[in-house]
Amino acid sequence: MILPLRLDEVSLTIQGRTVIHPLSLEIAAGPATIILGANGAGKSVLMRLMHGLLSPTSGRVQWRDADPDRVRRMQAMVFQRPVMLRRSALANVQYPLQAAGVAEPERSRVAAAALQEVGLHHLAGRPARAFSGGEQQRLALARAWALHPEVLFLDEPTASLDPTATREIESIIRAFDASGTKIIMATHNLGQARRLGDEVLFIHQGRLVERALVDRFFNQPASAEAAAFIKGELPWV
Amino acid sequence: MGLMLRFLLLLGLTMQAEAQQSYITVASTTSTEQSGLFRHLLPRFERKTGIQVRVVALGTGQALDMGKRGDADVVLVHAKALEEKFVAEGFGVERVEVMYNDFVIVGPKSDPARIAGTKDVVEAFRKIASAKARFASRGDKSGTHFAELQLWKAAGIELEKEKGPWYRDTGSGMGPTLNTAAGMDAYALADRGTWLSFKNRGNLTIAVEGDRKLFNQYGVIRVNPAKHPHVRKAEGQAFIDWLVSDEGQAAIAAYKIGGEQLFFPNAKR
Amino acid sequence: MHNFPAILLDDELWRIVTLSLQVSLSAVGIAMALGLPLGAALAVWRFPGRDVVVVTLNALMGLPPVVVGLVVYLLLSRAGPLGQLGLLFTPGAMVIAQTILILPIAAALCRQAVEDAWREYEEQLRSLGVEGLQAALTVLWDIRFSLLTAVLAGLGRASAEVGAVMIVGGNIDGVTRVMTTTIALETSKGDLPLALGLGIVLIGVVLLLNGAAHLVKEAAQRRYG
Repeated sequence: MILPLRLDEVSLTIQGRTVIHPLSLEIAAGPATIILGANGAGKSVLMRLMHGLLSPTSGRVQWRDADPDRVRRMQAMVFQRPVMLRRSALANVQYPLQAAGVAEPERSRVAAAALQEVGLHHLAGRPARAFSGGEQQRLALARAWALHPEVLFLDEPTASLDPTATREIESIIRAFDASGTKIIMATHNLGQARRLGDEVLFIHQGRLVERALVDRFFNQPASAEAAAFIKGELPWV
Repeated sequence: MGLMLRFLLLLGLTMQAEAQQSYITVASTTSTEQSGLFRHLLPRFERKTGIQVRVVALGTGQALDMGKRGDADVVLVHAKALEEKFVAEGFGVERVEVMYNDFVIVGPKSDPARIAGTKDVVEAFRKIASAKARFASRGDKSGTHFAELQLWKAAGIELEKEKGPWYRDTGSGMGPTLNTAAGMDAYALADRGTWLSFKNRGNLTIAVEGDRKLFNQYGVIRVNPAKHPHVRKAEGQAFIDWLVSDEGQAAIAAYKIGGEQLFFPNAKR
Repeated sequence: MHNFPAILLDDELWRIVTLSLQVSLSAVGIAMALGLPLGAALAVWRFPGRDVVVVTLNALMGLPPVVVGLVVYLLLSRAGPLGQLGLLFTPGAMVIAQTILILPIAAALCRQAVEDAWREYEEQLRSLGVEGLQAALTVLWDIRFSLLTAVLAGLGRASAEVGAVMIVGGNIDGVTRVMTTTIALETSKGDLPLALGLGIVLIGVVLLLNGAAHLVKEAAQRRYG
């Protein structure tokens, strides 16, 4: 188990600008965590700090497990725009498995099962780059699924998709959640937060302003910024 | 990836094939090669002995340098003084005379220096200098260049003092020098062989020929194995022996362009 | 060889074309094998003095062929350090010289292509647990069709140059005579129409190769996306 994840006074300053102010929090296994905030609030940056793609300027990102390899392997992230290799869909799902040392025939079996899970099995041999936006995002989820991560980060996964594709992605995320994977998802879509989340971390101008369970957050926001955001008044920060 | 491997293999095979047949490297001059003599001569030698002759054609100076460095097994050039020095300095085993050809002065039909038909080449050079008629020189340390310098000297012309815009030093082989001469209606000293095969004549024609001073003696020298143990001495000697043999000498005499003989065998026996 | 277009039927011409292709394609192959990983590594690795290396590599794309020929000659000459190999005046020496000429092109163009692609791929690959050399090679393979331009640039440079192959090959009739050195020879003999004709043949061959490469690229892109 690599959870819980603890951030100890983690901050990030880029070229003189403080993007994340010193922030401490703990994320436990179980509830689907939504990182909510306006565009530019620092949601993506915070996720990348947690996932290890960025190093904090100060403070520590601490997982329960001390082994860095295990910590890395038990996480996966899906980005707003998925990056696929110029290979078939199946080959793309196999790629990280191969990098992790998974041998045949296990590798093909796991990859095929992952494609099945997201409903892309019939397109396994097609070039991934030829897929539509929604299909590529589903493929990204299949790729993450194949790794059987303990934690799945999602950075605004449906921001670029149409409603139908969005629904498909959301149902896959729900399936991940139901199978026991910890969901940590950044979004500025209030409806999506309500549909998929159990708790909300509300970020505003690089600070964690409020943290609450979904129902309490939306019905009785404690902070003025959260209230304004919910009312749709907070535009770009 | 596979494509690349296939080409490396092809290259390897090519190099391998070369290694099978025995060969010698001969350093000679561009004028000799461009005359076409080697194409005529070498297949006969190869058929008889199975030894392939690979000719690298450069200027005389460079050819002798090649011999000094040991990059050639045999040198075949036409600059007696330089050849004798080559042997004296220990780079060559022995200088053997093979054949001679001759030089001609070519120039524009308009003949600004009024030398057409002269039998005295030294006099012709004197006239060119005093008329300051355009002259294209090879200027490349070649046998031909060397011969040209000797003739200026014999005519009493101190080139360094007297040369002006009329004297063009091209620093290149016989062909390019003739190209330049044709292009600017200049005189030039050329070996008959290159002239006969030269196609870009423009207004040029032979102005002076026949003077004994224009005879150009060829010598062949084996590179000294004492200096360069790797040279192929048996095959090199076989080539020299063949050149001076009845068969080789006859083959040299048989080479003609447009019915005209270019090289005159004169090996001593 | 006599006149154009009669030479098109001449066996000797096609022997010379074949040798030219063998030499240039071999040089391209070796230069790519060495230069592409080098370019990829340079694109991805940050180290002190990297800018100097990048600028120098770009500048080396303009190496004068005749200078490379001279240096290789001095190395391979019997009087030089590698004389024992007996490579001077063989097609092998020509391949070596042309490889040196093309290597900077392969590495510099590859570096640029990988650097551009790296921005797109790097984060995702790192998230999947793939970093450093492995990630660089993944990107390199993924952009292989764009690298085709680098390959064709290298091939163009090799088939066009005469300075290096003349010096290290010696333009030996039947052994190291290639298209460009033949054209130089015929020009210096004053046979300009023949030289021009050979030039057209050379350009034609290179055009054909480029056309073939284009078709391969199109077909592969349709397959892999």
